[in-house]
Amino acid sequence: MDALDTPPDGDPRETPLRGEHEALGASFTDFGGWLMPVRYSSDLAEHHAVRQAAGLFDISHMGELLVEGPGAGEFLNRALAGAISAVPVGRAKYTMILAEDGGILDDLIVYRLQDEVFLVIANAGNRETVARALTDRVAGFDATVEDQSDDYALIALQGPAAERVLAAVSVVTDVSPALVDLRNYAWGSAFFEGEPLLIARTGYTGEDGFELLVPVAHAAALWRALLSAGEPHGLVPAGLAARDTLRLEAGMPLYGHELSRDIVPAQAGLGRVIPAGKTGFVGEHAPREGARALIGLSAEGRRAGRAGYAVYRGDDLVGEITSGALSPTLGHPIAMAFVDPDAAHATDLTIDIRGTRIPASVTDLPFYRRNS
Amino acid sequence: MTDLNALSYTAEHEWIAVDGDVATIGITDYAADQLGDVVYVDLPSVGTTVTAGQVFGEIESTKSVSELYAPVDGEVVEVNDDVDADPATVNSDAFAAWLIRVRVTSEPSGLLDRDAYVALTGGDAQ
Repeated sequence: MDALDTPPDGDPRETPLRGEHEALGASFTDFGGWLMPVRYSSDLAEHHAVRQAAGLFDISHMGELLVEGPGAGEFLNRALAGAISAVPVGRAKYTMILAEDGGILDDLIVYRLQDEVFLVIANAGNRETVARALTDRVAGFDATVEDQSDDYALIALQGPAAERVLAAVSVVTDVSPALVDLRNYAWGSAFFEGEPLLIARTGYTGEDGFELLVPVAHAAALWRALLSAGEPHGLVPAGLAARDTLRLEAGMPLYGHELSRDIVPAQAGLGRVIPAGKTGFVGEHAPREGARALIGLSAEGRRAGRAGYAVYRGDDLVGEITSGALSPTLGHPIAMAFVDPDAAHATDLTIDIRGTRIPASVTDLPFYRRNS
Repeated sequence: MTDLNALSYTAEHEWIAVDGDVATIGITDYAADQLGDVVYVDLPSVGTTVTAGQVFGEIESTKSVSELYAPVDGEVVEVNDDVDADPATVNSDAFAAWLIRVRVTSEPSGLLDRDAYVALTGGDAQ
């Protein structure tokens, strides 16, 4: 057989939790130039734990960029697709940074920490691109951009038991607002080992959950405290393999698959990241309707379409899968694909799975939605 | 418990046990670990001819798809239906979860012994 995980080439970056992952017996893979845990025990066990209890992910490979100054809000309105100055302190927003022609440079989460302070979270592989674009675009604004990625670790606690787990970590103190009052896409502050800890109710799995920003020196202690407090609640460490099937079920795009420099937001079904009527931002001239549209596909059986597989309508090639897997939660294959607009609602699509055409039906995204 | 030293291996992570003119073929535990949870195995039917170095099937995990390469020339005489019914057995015991049995038509060549296979994986296959 072939296609085993390639060991990381060259000199991949390591997160501050590398030692923790090794102690837990993780397998590693190269992801965006980072040596990351792909699984600790089993992809499926970790996936199901996040759906049914909770999982803990190291996402320290993500970039953290601090934007501050009296002109920070105005600058981010110009530099990013969203209406960032309208985000209240204490809240977060999903947005994008676009190239001049509207192509997606990255998708981002922006937290408003204070009136004049914003934290921008970028994908690992795009950190430098985002830092460079923000630095270029800040000229003329009364604001500064600082890449603080190397100073912070980011840990994601995801699953229906996430709130109970975090509440059980006695060494996390002074949580404000209280966890029960912390809304989705809001953040709160706390202390861990005397250090300020940012707790955001955000995530990438389709479950309730938190993302915790902690100074690098305290990351391992927080990781262990969470695992220990969470064990009675079914918390397990979870790797990138589970993260990928979880986000796919939740219909969330992944940069390099559903999002890229050659895709405009409207194509990815994410035209709403640009508020109606917004002007004066980089990429505003992007077509609002793209050539190919992102759709969800469901199939029967166990053979999944994978990234790069062709989508046909009759004998016509109409698109290509961007991400696909046998859904662990739903038990059948699911995929996201870019297809020609007139095939986006077709009822006669097939996926070419290594020479065999499998019927697939267009399915609303997300494939999985938690009960709330 | 399988005596791993009694098996032969390929660089593509198959193991082979030869008994008379019949070779039993599976994938190694190292390969199963690397793949992650196996969710589907596509195997040839009994009577199919396989050729050394050529693809005879595929194995699909949650995360990826890999092709299976025949280590020998011959005809498939038996297929492990238990693996088809429960592909996860490849993860739980890769050496018990054989995939196919082949009546070998020529002496296999170029196979690795256990030490050479372990060396190939950088010692990760113990």
